[in-house]
Amino acid sequence: MTTPGDSAAEIWPLWEVFVRSNRGLSHVHVGSLHAPDGTLAVRNARDLYTRRSEGVSVWVVPASAITTSDPDAKGAFFESPAGKNYRHANYYSKSEGVKHL
Amino acid sequence: MTSTITPDPSASAVISVEEQHFNDLIDADSRIEPRDWMPEGYRKSLVRQISQHAHSEIIGMQPESNWITRAPSLKRKAILMAKVQDEAGHGLYLYSAAQTLGATRDDMTDALIAGKARYSSIFNYPTPSWADMGSIGWLVDGAAICNQVPLCRASYGPYGRAMVRICKEESFHQRQGFEILLELMQGTEEQRQMAQDSVNRWYWPALMMFGPPDDDSPNSAQSMAWKIKRHSNDELRQRFVNMLVPQAAVLGITLPDPELHFNEDTQQWDLGVIDWTEFHEVLAGRGPNNAQRLQRRRDAHDNGAWVREAAAAYARKQSARTKEMAAS
Repeated sequence: MTTPGDSAAEIWPLWEVFVRSNRGLSHVHVGSLHAPDGTLAVRNARDLYTRRSEGVSVWVVPASAITTSDPDAKGAFFESPAGKNYRHANYYSKSEGVKHL
Repeated sequence: MTSTITPDPSASAVISVEEQHFNDLIDADSRIEPRDWMPEGYRKSLVRQISQHAHSEIIGMQPESNWITRAPSLKRKAILMAKVQDEAGHGLYLYSAAQTLGATRDDMTDALIAGKARYSSIFNYPTPSWADMGSIGWLVDGAAICNQVPLCRASYGPYGRAMVRICKEESFHQRQGFEILLELMQGTEEQRQMAQDSVNRWYWPALMMFGPPDDDSPNSAQSMAWKIKRHSNDELRQRFVNMLVPQAAVLGITLPDPELHFNEDTQQWDLGVIDWTEFHEVLAGRGPNNAQRLQRRRDAHDNGAWVREAAAAYARKQSARTKEMAAS
């Protein structure tokens, strides 16, 4: 399933935009836009999402090329970590008071 | 186990699991995301509000772009261009948010240029003087901020996120407008008169931007129950006027409401009676510039058609060529 908002009926396809706001940080999804191709999508993304130096790098991805998890199966799909709190450090309480642990 | 509670006979409508989940999210002040189940009314109401908001940003470029070529200095021209570019950006953020609900950009644009969609009535007023750039920033963008800050917490995720981005940018708009008026008020008698005259024209329409009074606002209650809207129209309008009064004093400008006075009991500024006939007239398409604004939007859309089509054709050709090369 593609990202929400994509429609094959539109004259220009939808692109999802990811911006790296600074060195050392990941690209983060900031929104979407329409553009005829990748080159123009990058330029539109610069004009639309980085007018105030919000980014040092931009990625654009055609919305139709994104595969998402099934929105209807949310509960079941993400169920596996439930009840496995031993994956978290705070599950282990016997070491309380011991330093550097 | 025996229960002392008798089932409520009126509660015959069984709420589906999905609807219960939706209600729980709203109650918990959490956010609804695009692919969550939502009541049809919630979706419709959001598409209407967000697309109207987007149209307002797009049409809102016109009253100001009118002054780009005649801005009094290069600095003011650059600022005005940046501001109008922001409005275009705000329109695009909002269209994207509406699209996540299933509306298409093309349909929304078509509805606007066919005159079937609404946008804020404020943009149907003319901008005959440079001081109007000040009044739009101070009063119109000021009112917009008042309206929009609570929308950052709207229950629909994409709308709230778009609003966060927009609000960050709007504060520059309001300040630059205030500064234009302040400079005029510190200028010649003629300039002061121009500023006052402009505020006289924009003050009441700006107050109308918050929408009809609460007892005449049919969609408000449901919108507030869904936590799309967080405050009533009158509440926001009052908050705005309370902020304006001290700002007007700094400017040395008179707000054109002879009945405006401080109410010791409520510690608020009581305002005079708003002419809602004017509001409904402008909304119904009979404002000073309705026809002109729509015509201009329609022309821009039609004149740009060949660019959209050519770019799409070029992209199709390029991608076919890439595939061909990969195959050979």
